[in-house]
Amino acid sequence: MHTPKTIDDIQTMLSGQNYVAGRALSTVVFLSLTLGKPLFLEGEPGTGKTEIAKAIAAALGRRLIRLQCYEGLDVSSAVYEWNFPAQMVAIRTAEAAGATDRKALQTELFSPEFLTERPLLQAMRPDPAGAPVLLIDELDRSDEPFEAFLLEALSDFQVTIPELGTIKAPAPPIVIVTSNRTREVHDALKRRCLYHWVEYPDFAREMEILSARAPDASAALSREIVAFVQKLRSEDLFKKPGVAETIDWARCLLALDVISLSPQTIAETLGAVLKYQDDIARLEGGETKRLLDEARASLTS
Amino acid sequence: MQLPELTLPDDPKLAENITHFARALRRAGLPVGTHHTLDAIRAVEAVGFTDKTDFYWTLHACFVSRPDHAQVFTQLFRMFWRDPKQIEDLMAIMLPAMSRLAQSRPPDPGDTRASAALTDGAEPPDAPEDESSEETEIEIDASRTMSAEERLRSLDFEQMTVEEAAAARRMLARLTLPVAPLRTRRAKPSPQGARIDTARTLRNAVRNGGEMRKLSYSVPRLRWPALVTICDISGSMSQYSRMVLHFLHAVANEKGAGWAKVHGFTFGTRLTNITRHFLQRDVDAALAAAGSEAQDWEGGTRLGDCLHTFNRDWSRRVMGQGAVVLLITDGLDRGDPDVLAAEMKRLHLSARRVIWLNPLLRWDGFAPKARGIAAMLPHVDSLRAGHSIKSLEDLAMALSDRDDRGEKDRLHRALSD
Repeated sequence: MHTPKTIDDIQTMLSGQNYVAGRALSTVVFLSLTLGKPLFLEGEPGTGKTEIAKAIAAALGRRLIRLQCYEGLDVSSAVYEWNFPAQMVAIRTAEAAGATDRKALQTELFSPEFLTERPLLQAMRPDPAGAPVLLIDELDRSDEPFEAFLLEALSDFQVTIPELGTIKAPAPPIVIVTSNRTREVHDALKRRCLYHWVEYPDFAREMEILSARAPDASAALSREIVAFVQKLRSEDLFKKPGVAETIDWARCLLALDVISLSPQTIAETLGAVLKYQDDIARLEGGETKRLLDEARASLTS
Repeated sequence: MQLPELTLPDDPKLAENITHFARALRRAGLPVGTHHTLDAIRAVEAVGFTDKTDFYWTLHACFVSRPDHAQVFTQLFRMFWRDPKQIEDLMAIMLPAMSRLAQSRPPDPGDTRASAALTDGAEPPDAPEDESSEETEIEIDASRTMSAEERLRSLDFEQMTVEEAAAARRMLARLTLPVAPLRTRRAKPSPQGARIDTARTLRNAVRNGGEMRKLSYSVPRLRWPALVTICDISGSMSQYSRMVLHFLHAVANEKGAGWAKVHGFTFGTRLTNITRHFLQRDVDAALAAAGSEAQDWEGGTRLGDCLHTFNRDWSRRVMGQGAVVLLITDGLDRGDPDVLAAEMKRLHLSARRVIWLNPLLRWDGFAPKARGIAAMLPHVDSLRAGHSIKSLEDLAMALSDRDDRGEKDRLHRALSD
């Protein structure tokens, strides 16, 4: 599939992948594809930041390369590493065979054959299907030195390996960076990207998402689920439920053959929506019933 | 990209207006550079100039890089693109219009910044909070022998006019509270380390088929203590607590300042945890959220009971790992002094250091006549005044010096007399 020409194209393309995107998100995706700038998505967990990368890759028929960030992530696990055991084997074999040409051995040892490519380098490699989609997930978990390294990689799309030389991407990959905002990512990195804050969806959009992701749920149940979750988000909770939780919960309720919500079923399955004991304790007693009644009232109005 | 709508962005007027808009954003405090402006023009070119929503989100993608900037951006977008041709007129008439706006409804945190940016930094006049500000102005002029900033530093928070308080808040936002890290017994790998990490060296060697390529080194891991602040917001303290909360917000939001975590609690008649509200970048929004959570602003004080709640519910959660406690209160407690003494002792035992900020200390003749103060005094490490910017600056000293006792000894002597 070729690059979409308008924002509407993006919306149809994403909905073809069962991803319901708002106008705002479609606009930044369009800009990112057209201008070739990385896309920086920030938002609460479970609002579909990682999913969008998968949807774009699938829709465009590109390869998805994922780099999951964590504290202590370094160049050897993000970019490349020399395959030392294999090099050692080669050296021992050469010794046993009595090879003495040192120069030839050296060129052989530091050839692409012994290079273990990690996600960033993989993304720089040419791909017959077109430049891959590089997903740098949860950047806020990595430490700042890695962020600084990424700055260079993302602006030039090239990586230098001392033994081999500089490897430059023939076409820049489609880069999507996500962050849960557990810490503020440096402005210099943000400046190179298009920024978008992914909000919780409103009622209508969440209904669309649910019908795309959990099509087995009846319309009446879906409406109740979404109304209840939306109501929960307006409460003062430590961790508000994301869209991922809504979908999970709908699937849980389907597995339990629930037709309509009741305080009893909610109390039994609340663990799929709320993940903190403080929040669950808050909904004990009559609180669940009150919220459910309010959610139902908002449905009828 | 060949789109029919492309004719408009070629129009230099639009590019010019986007540049003007970028400048207005910059004045509103958003980090907008030339780079962003160029991107925005290019992006508008790519999207086309057909739909206002698309236009909004296009500029949003280019100019906004933090969620809390979105509000200022939206306000400014609304004001600016209402009629971009008459932007100069708009700027000229904005000042009176804004002051009317400010009176008709409580301004959003982003609103004041947005309007100030459009009126080129000329801030809308303060809400008429203080009728007497006219008279005090004369007083300021008379006493301006020091530099204005110097004078402001030593001025009591309670004696400040509205403007002075605003200036003081700006100074507080720049104030830092440095803290020395604690060395732990654990080590972490570091190429600069002096100690050889044998276990790690061998582990790496095993991965490489028994070949030891290089030595791994380690350094002692450093850890920063947490800061727990318990702030009195009862009637006698309200002005000081507001200022101190401003200061704490700055400390909590300062990047790399050291503190592992800054916990905030307020108490009057009951204890409220406002830690989460410190995370909001905008200080006005943060304090408004904290204020709505703490229902007991300017009520009475029940210090003993509140400390009891703290010790029971929060102490184990937030005081682990040697937290420093900053207690901000005047100590005028109406409860039982024995309860207070017991709770203070408990607090002192679980904290690394307890520092008491008491704004009443500014009175030179201040003696701990109130029984609450006498009950608390033995259980704090250091007692300091917290009534002016200068005194908050000195707080950093109390934190860096382990033996700092502040005014504690003077009060002790006064107590035994």
